[in-house]
Amino acid sequence: MYGLGIIKGLGITIKHFANTYVEDFKQGIKRYTAEDRFTARQGLEAQGLFTVQYPEEKIAVPERFRYIPFLVVNDDDHPDAPGQPWCTSCGICSKVCPPQCIWIVRSTDPETGRPKPEPQEFYIDIDICMNCGYCAEFCPFDAIKMDHDYEISSYDRTSAHIYDLQKLTKPLSYWRTIAPTRAEEERTAREAKEAAKAEKAKK
Amino acid sequence: MSKTSPDTTTNDVAEILQQKFPDSIHPDDREGYSGIVVSPDSLVEVAQSIRDDFRYNLLTSLSYVDYIDEDFFEVVYHAYDTVKGGPALNFKARTPRSQATLPSLTGVWPSANLQEREAWDLMGIHFTGHPNLKRLLTWEGFEGHPLRKDWKEPFYEEDKKPFKSRWPEGRPDRAESRLPYGMNVQYPPGFTPDGWSPEGESALYDSLSTPMTGSGVDVQAIKTDQLVVNMGPQHPSTHGVFRMAVTLDGETITRLEPVVGYLHRNHEKIGERNTYLGNMPYTDRLDYICSMSNNLAYAMTIEKMMGQEVPERAELLRVLVVELTRIVNHFWLIGFLLNDLGAFFTPALYAILERELIVDLFEALTGSRMMCNYMRFGGVAYDLPPYIGGPAVKPGDKARHMDTMKFIKDLVYERLPRAIDQLDNFLTQNEVLVSRCKGVGILPPEAAVACGVTGPVLRASGVPYDIRRSDPYSIYNELDFDVAVRYNCDTYDRYLIRLDEIRQSLRILEQIIPGLEATEGQEYWAGKRGYNVRVPTGEHYGHADNPKGELGFYVVSDGTANPYRYHIRAPSLINITALEEMCRGLKVADSVVILGSLDIVLGELDR
Repeated sequence: MYGLGIIKGLGITIKHFANTYVEDFKQGIKRYTAEDRFTARQGLEAQGLFTVQYPEEKIAVPERFRYIPFLVVNDDDHPDAPGQPWCTSCGICSKVCPPQCIWIVRSTDPETGRPKPEPQEFYIDIDICMNCGYCAEFCPFDAIKMDHDYEISSYDRTSAHIYDLQKLTKPLSYWRTIAPTRAEEERTAREAKEAAKAEKAKK
Repeated sequence: MSKTSPDTTTNDVAEILQQKFPDSIHPDDREGYSGIVVSPDSLVEVAQSIRDDFRYNLLTSLSYVDYIDEDFFEVVYHAYDTVKGGPALNFKARTPRSQATLPSLTGVWPSANLQEREAWDLMGIHFTGHPNLKRLLTWEGFEGHPLRKDWKEPFYEEDKKPFKSRWPEGRPDRAESRLPYGMNVQYPPGFTPDGWSPEGESALYDSLSTPMTGSGVDVQAIKTDQLVVNMGPQHPSTHGVFRMAVTLDGETITRLEPVVGYLHRNHEKIGERNTYLGNMPYTDRLDYICSMSNNLAYAMTIEKMMGQEVPERAELLRVLVVELTRIVNHFWLIGFLLNDLGAFFTPALYAILERELIVDLFEALTGSRMMCNYMRFGGVAYDLPPYIGGPAVKPGDKARHMDTMKFIKDLVYERLPRAIDQLDNFLTQNEVLVSRCKGVGILPPEAAVACGVTGPVLRASGVPYDIRRSDPYSIYNELDFDVAVRYNCDTYDRYLIRLDEIRQSLRILEQIIPGLEATEGQEYWAGKRGYNVRVPTGEHYGHADNPKGELGFYVVSDGTANPYRYHIRAPSLINITALEEMCRGLKVADSVVILGSLDIVLGELDR
């Protein structure tokens, strides 16, 4: 019968539309405020509205989420070296970077003229960065990590899109906030490595 | 765990061919290479014999390599048998760099048409006898042939990455600031930009204004004017920046020529500058809806060259994500097909509802929703995360915490079957869909194979050819699934086959889940997890059955850290070879639907 498909199609739209309000009526404001309701709203038994009300609501990104990289430095309350960058300017990230968007100037000791394991300058051109995450994946010092802050629009791409050392630097506590389990795993791995090294030195 | 089948049959064919043409064929005995080298004079004759006597009826890939030190170009053909399956018959032809000319194989396999144009465009190999040898991907006024080894791109820095300017004295340098607008253009001597009209452009219209003979459309009987209409490149119905130059007689299509290249970025040249691992995130950007499938095809190609084994859990994870990607792709296709029919975006949004959850899984697994960059040589980058979700950090962040295995099971056993049944229920019998699609855009099986069409489009034309069965890779030979096939060869069947394939993918996923649970905690990435991958000298053509068709990578290694040649056989490009055949004699509105059912993605088509 002609027209049946259109009625069926409209029916599904109306059903979804109406269900949103039925659910709103049943659950009240809790549907949008209570912590566990958010998952339920997209869950198996969910009815009605599926979408997320950005920017009032944002889906918290998973720990592995990768956006523009940042450099890890010691927290400000670190006993020995507050603000000390973990980067040793070994250059692995700039070598492995597929679009070659990382520029590093290695520090040299002014007295001896020897290279120092610390970056003097560090730049990432975020227009070129493709967020592949290789720099973080292959960094042997856990010194470069992928950020979770995806709201980085700016008015001027020519001046604002080359991030320098100051803009790239973020404390370890930030990494612990955005990726708690991974930060903990990395800490255990580092400690195990240190312990093995100390054991070897003893012998 | 990839099992190599002894390709005795292909070797036999190569031997018989050598006996048949003793003067014009010799085996390619360079180390790491395979196949036979055919002399250009008898190339067409040998090709005909390969097609007719040995039934290698599908010429999938035509790759071309610039061996600048040996001073010749090599064109490499890979032909398959769609009936028996099995590995490719690989034959090559060489031509000197200074006078690069080879006979065209379009007369034997029409699928060579666009690929030879591409080879002319990017490598400058002239194919005599080609009906329409114009530039394909670069624009008409382009100077040079960019894939030649002695051609340097603008802002050229070095031949190979990593560039030395990045470390230890790396100061950023915005290339565009060095070349302000106006200085960025160089004209050849004697050329004035004003008053120039592109040669290829007029050639395009000239070729369209001569009516096809034997096209089934009698345009001479009625006295009407022919009208050339450009559909696209800026039109939503073309799914990106794709242009069809259509000649119309009234509203009937008499000629159609696809014009492509608007998204061309010379992916292959970038690939030759890159390291092997560095190409992995670039493959995400080919067919950006199916980044996982692209990753897999590339990873398998390089693993085969390296002789790298893949642990079982990695294979299971790979099949999991690749089949989920197939479902995502087909959901998109169904949604967009309805868009093309005029049901603007309502069906599309319902179709991609479950897709949203699949990309949520990908995001938790790999860190990115679409540009997954998940596969590595010897496995995958990450194991499944224990749960999906993350900590709420920003204001407004809603934290989720969903068990990953339960999430996957809910998807596979509940949500996806429900969603596909719902689509089936609402769309399949819908009178608009039926009346617009049934009997429209017929692509007979012989024409489909001749045009090199692969994937669901080929299977909807009644050819049960699926690389997962014919030349099995990964663990597909241990899995139980049917090759979906439909026999009416029309747009309606091309819609139905997508539904069939989603159901088959679900069958595969149901078999994968117990394996995933059994191998929990096992190794997922074997081999050295280094970034500096060494690939032995040689060549390999690796291919996989992507949601859009056969995606192939032809890689030549010279033993260094960067590929010497990195060619991609893009299914979207080769599938549009059949577009004119399908559209001729129909109305303009039908061409939109037919293009929608072909399923192209411009990121891959233009590369």
